[in-house]
Amino acid sequence: MLVLDRVSKTYPNGVHALGGVSTEVELGEIVAVIGGSGCGKSTLLRAISGLDPASEGTVLLDGERITAPHEKIGIIFQEPRLLPWLKVAGNVGFGLGDRPRQERAARVATALKRVGLADKAMVWPRELSGGQAQRVAIARALVPRPEVLLLDEPFSALDAFTRTDLQDHLLDLWADAKPTLILVTHDVDEAIVLADRVMVMCPRPGRIFDEIEVALPRPRDRQSAAFDFVKRRVLAALDRSLSRAVAPADGEAKASAGAALWW
Amino acid sequence: MTIAAEQRGAMPAERAAPRKWARLARPALGLVLPVTLAVVWEFIVRMGWASGRLAPPPSVIFATFVDLARSGDLQRHTLVTLGRVAAGFGIGVSVATVIGAAAGYSPLIRRLLDPSLQALRAIPSIAWVPLFVLWLGIFEASKVLLIAVGVFFPVYLGLMGAIQSVDRKLVEVGRAFRLSDVAMVRRILLPAVLPAYVISLRSGLGLGWMFVVAAELMGASEGLGYLLIDGQELGKPAEIVAAIVAFAIVGKATDWLIALAAAPFLRWEDVVRQE
Ligand SMILES: Nc1ncnc2c1ncn2[C@@H]1O[C@H](COP(=O)(O)OP(=O)(O)OP(=O)(O)O)[C@@H](O)[C@H]1O
Ligand SMILES: [Mg+2]
Repeated sequence: MLVLDRVSKTYPNGVHALGGVSTEVELGEIVAVIGGSGCGKSTLLRAISGLDPASEGTVLLDGERITAPHEKIGIIFQEPRLLPWLKVAGNVGFGLGDRPRQERAARVATALKRVGLADKAMVWPRELSGGQAQRVAIARALVPRPEVLLLDEPFSALDAFTRTDLQDHLLDLWADAKPTLILVTHDVDEAIVLADRVMVMCPRPGRIFDEIEVALPRPRDRQSAAFDFVKRRVLAALDRSLSRAVAPADGEAKASAGAALWW
Repeated sequence: MTIAAEQRGAMPAERAAPRKWARLARPALGLVLPVTLAVVWEFIVRMGWASGRLAPPPSVIFATFVDLARSGDLQRHTLVTLGRVAAGFGIGVSVATVIGAAAGYSPLIRRLLDPSLQALRAIPSIAWVPLFVLWLGIFEASKVLLIAVGVFFPVYLGLMGAIQSVDRKLVEVGRAFRLSDVAMVRRILLPAVLPAYVISLRSGLGLGWMFVVAAELMGASEGLGYLLIDGQELGKPAEIVAAIVAFAIVGKATDWLIALAAAPFLRWEDVVRQE
């Protein structure tokens, strides 16, 4: 289980990016984090990953405090970030540097097959399309079998068709080992298709504004009425999170007024 | 059936043929001008329209070159010069690599050393010669030192810049996979820096060849630079041009050796360029 306890972050330049985020994420749960630009989503993810630890508060994974990158935590960035001097297979096996060669080769082959790129093993990253490259990045992150996989807008640079394709793909891969997924996104549909819970954040400093359970069975139909219902709730929460940010003084009143109008 | 198969078989060959031709023709195009000039000059001298005493025609240069090679002089002088360049290049590259890597890696060392080195770089390196001669005498040591100084700067600047401009996003990938410092250098920094480093080695080598000429012109009893001076003093222009040709050949060959040695590690770059 992943436990965040009043996670705060103040950058050296004085920006108060996170103001105490507390939540618990079960093993195997999928959480989508959504919110306006600059509300601290990436900061939160980087604090959980240990790449950029929180300045106050704690991140606990199975009771262990995370202050640096951890073997049980994998991360996927907005860009694939493949190493251009390694072929696709080398990139996928990058996190297995200390394993015997044979085991490495076998796990890389399995992972590549799983993301549908078995034929690209010996290709340079530059020769891949954007969607293929991001699939390789997903394979690379999954190969060490992380318990928690963090994704920071992993599909936002892709076209709509590739994006839905990869969302389905991600769910497929998730079903293999059921790691915890924490996914930052700007795309409400993406959040609802994937997540068990949508966490809406609001800015200055970044906090959890609202959490919305998504109790729809998988696979989810993006066209269904139930989907649409959840989507409206998320959009409404997003709306309120943003208006509160604009006018902090009487924002509270406005936000509740907005909520009253909505419901 | 057979016709179709034949056509299919012929197609790639046909397409490959012009490409192959183009690959041969493109460098050949660059040869047109020098070859034409050489032939024309040869013709003019043969016809007696010019004496060719100060600017010997290609045939004379070739004959001188062969004579020098046959007597073993050419090989001896070439080896001496090559030895000086190798020593200077080795020293220059070693020092530049250590200092460049340190300055690229550590902002503190960079702030400490870089201003002084930049100031030294502003001095035309030949200006050091009198001082080097005073310190080290007129023999090998001062020559090698001059070459080393020439090689140092491009390699130092190239390596420091390359390390500083390593993509931080890739370094972060290394951090996310919990690489140790050593592994980070070996698996991320080294491969990322290598292309720029090789380029800096090649430009350093070019300067090394330039400076060996300068060093040998200033006084040497052996070496290709000595041949230049000897040809000047004895009024043998063909010997001068033969030495120049030898410089060009050996210089190009050493450059090619570096490129060849680095090629297996830089194959991924070719993919980039093809795009
Ligand atoms: N390295 C940094 N140094 C200083 N301030 C930073 C740094 N990174 C982010 N910030 C600031 O922290 C705040 C939160 O940034 P963050 O990147 O976490 O937002 P975000 O929610 O991911 O935004 P987006 O949706 O645009 O990606 C912003 O005000 C940003 O300017
Ligand atoms: Mg972000």
